[in-house]
Order: sequence, then structure tokens, then C-alpha cells
Amino acid sequence: MYLLAKLKHIILLGLITTMVGCASIPAGVAPSPNDPWEPFNRSVFEFNEGLDSYVLKPVVKGYRFVLPEFVRDGIYNFFSNYSDIYTALQNLLQGKPSLAFSDLMRVVVNTTFGLGGLIDMATPGGLPKHKEDWGQTFGVWGLPSGPYVVLPFFGPSTVRDTLGTAADLESDYLFAYVKDIGLRNSITGLRVVNARNTYYEAGDLLDGAAIDKYSFVRDAYIQRREYQINESRDDDESVIPIYQNPYE
Amino acid sequence: MKSNKTIQQYCLALCAGFFLMSASVSAQTVDQSTPDGLIKAVVSDVMASVKSDPEIQKGNVPRIVDLVEKKIVPYTDMRRTTEMAMGPNWKKASPEQQAQLVSEFKSLLIRTYSGALSQLRDQTIQFKPLRAAPDDKEVVVRTVVIGRGDPIPLDYRLEKTPSGWRVYDINIMGAWLIEAYRNQFANQISQNGIEGLVKFLQDRNKQLAAAKPTN
Repeated sequence: MYLLAKLKHIILLGLITTMVGCASIPAGVAPSPNDPWEPFNRSVFEFNEGLDSYVLKPVVKGYRFVLPEFVRDGIYNFFSNYSDIYTALQNLLQGKPSLAFSDLMRVVVNTTFGLGGLIDMATPGGLPKHKEDWGQTFGVWGLPSGPYVVLPFFGPSTVRDTLGTAADLESDYLFAYVKDIGLRNSITGLRVVNARNTYYEAGDLLDGAAIDKYSFVRDAYIQRREYQINESRDDDESVIPIYQNPYE
Repeated sequence: MKSNKTIQQYCLALCAGFFLMSASVSAQTVDQSTPDGLIKAVVSDVMASVKSDPEIQKGNVPRIVDLVEKKIVPYTDMRRTTEMAMGPNWKKASPEQQAQLVSEFKSLLIRTYSGALSQLRDQTIQFKPLRAAPDDKEVVVRTVVIGRGDPIPLDYRLEKTPSGWRVYDINIMGAWLIEAYRNQFANQISQNGIEGLVKFLQDRNKQLAAAKPTN
């Protein structure tokens, strides 16, 4: 609870900062039904973009320069192995005990044969990785996503996924329960850098491919979350969009 | 003692797993009459080309573009992709504008997404069971790219045409390409008209062509 209170302060601070430099919808942009708070979201998006290009991306560039690839892979695998514990838990909460068991097996295999999680032995061994979080579990339980929200620091989200992110952080051992503040901050910092590093190239790709990056990210995010949740429910037929064929 | 045996069994399973993985990649049954057969053939052909070409692995853009033009584009229907992304605006475009939109959108996609091809190394592609009736005109082929990071879902939406199955939409990590471009196109058109969208795509493609490769 203490943590949530602290998180609220961080988010509030971010919101105030971004609201001061408020952006508006570019003229001619049709409002999207999923995004009633678009003017506000666009300003937070710009704040995050600035943060990324002036702080996070340069840090990640340094990280890639200083650490050889196999070390970065080890760090990636370590946190990935850690998050598999939570994925197992979420799969259990979503009523999928066999997947939860497979995720737990991954943790056992990677922690032992994979030297404490530094090497992913489970994937080539036929135990594929899954990724589940609280937002997905809420979705599987039937909670609607609500409007699209861009959170400061955390990026694209929805009302449901904001709740999910708060629950993720609250239940995260390394983030919420490590007592030593210095250690905890170092771990969190490394996790953020590691996470950003995983889409280092993809980020540049997005910049090149986007006509309007804001709506590109939004429309991709909303689809992606729906896809993940539908896949968890295993009724993937519904995720195929129906396009309006101009000739029909 | 019991746990020792379990470990032995596990190691055996692990070895078998490795073997099956590598076998599934090298077994290329080329069958272009079915949608999943086509995707399998194209994917394994492209992966083999990338793995045997150090220039592509270094990120040599003209070579990658050449590979995409020769081995992927023939099995796609970019006109349909562009039509669907344009939606109702498509009919408002003149035939010249339509042709420009198709070719500019195509080169934008090739230029931006083909960079990912240079990253292909030891990935394996897993095909999910195809859910389709024999007389379906539209099919989604679902795959997962398994590499070093998280598995990446990659789905292909195909349509049966007189010349065979053609891909007109892809889904990367849960987002369909056409769906992700529909609002972007519509917004650009309502701001600057169809001519504005054509010009935007042309300018972006020129920028991308002039930019130095990052690797």
C-alpha cells in the first residue's frame, strides 16, 4: 500500500508536468471511439517520447556499448525467468493449470540447468515462454478494457491495464518487497533498461513506418492486448478484423 | 535415485527437442496449393537465403530489398492491402493516385520491415494448426517466431486469387498491419487530402532511402 501511494505521487507529478505543456489533437483528426481522452493522451505521449529520446534511449545505447551481447542476454534471461513465476501465477488465476505447470517447469529448468536463469534452456527444450500479467487476467475474467490511456513513464495503457499495472507492481517481489532501497532502485533501473533494450531496433522501425506515431501505437496496442486476451481465452476467431472493402 | 532418473529423462527429452526443432526447419515440403504450404515454403526459402548471405546479415539494405522483391512480394497482394487500409477513401482516389499509393505504401513497408530480416539467425518458426475449410476463400495462417527473446506471434491473412493464395495482411505481435494503418491513412487524408497522403509517403520513402543504414 505504501508503494501504491508512492506510485500515485510519481504519476501525479508526471501528469502535472505534461498538462502544463498541453498538446491538442491535430486539426482534421477524427476522434477514435476507443480514445475519448485523446488531447490529454497526446500530451502524455509527447512527454514520454521526450523522456525516451533524451534519457532512456541514450542510456540504453550506452548499455549496449558497455556490455557484450552475451551479458545483456543473460540479464534479459534472468528477468524473463523471474517473470515466468508471475506468468505461472496468472495462468493459474485464469484457470489454465496445465499452462501454469509448464511455466513453473520453465522456472525450475532455467533456474537449475540455466544457471539461475541466465540461460533459457526451457525454450529449446520444448517448453515455450508465455507472458501473462494482471491486465490480461482481468480481461480474461471479463473486465472491459475501458478507454485508452497513455501513462507517464509506463506508456500505452487502458483503464483496465492501469489497474493491472498497479497490481503487477504491488505483487512484484523485486519491486515491492526488497527492503534495501539502493538495491531495489538498482534492480528497477536495470529492468527498465533491459526492457527498453529488447525493442531497441523495433523502436527505430516504428519511427520509419509510422505516418502518425501516436495513433499507430494506440491502434497497435489496443489490438495487441485484445489478441493476447483472446488467445488466453482460446477463441481466436474473433480477433480477425473485418475490413470495409471499398468495392462491396 | 529417483530424481537422478528424472534428470536423465529430462536431458533425453531436451536432446529430442533440439533434434525435432532442427528437423522441422530443414524439412521443406513445398506445396503452394494450400495457404499454409505456401507460407511454409516462402518462410523456409527466405530464412535459408538470409542465413547463407553474410551481406544481408550485416544489414545491406539493397540486398535485403532485392530478396524481399524476389521471394516475398510475388506472394503478396499489395493492391488489396492498400485498398483495405484506405477503406472508403479508396474510391475517391484517381486511378493514378491509386497506383501511386500502392507503390509508395509497398516501398514504405519493404524499407521499414525488411530491416527485421537481417536479424534472422537461429529462430525457428512454429506453425499452429490451420483452422480452415477446404473451400474457404480467406484463411489466417498462424505462426510463432521462437528466438532468443519472447516468442513473437506472426500471422498471415491470405486470400485465394485466380493465380493462387496471396498474403494481404500480416499480424505482428497481435496487431494487424491494415488495422494499424487505417486511422493513420484516414487522418492524413482528412488533413491534407489524398494528394497529401501520396506526398507524405513519397517524402518518407525518400528520407528512408537517403538515411544511412544503422548497422
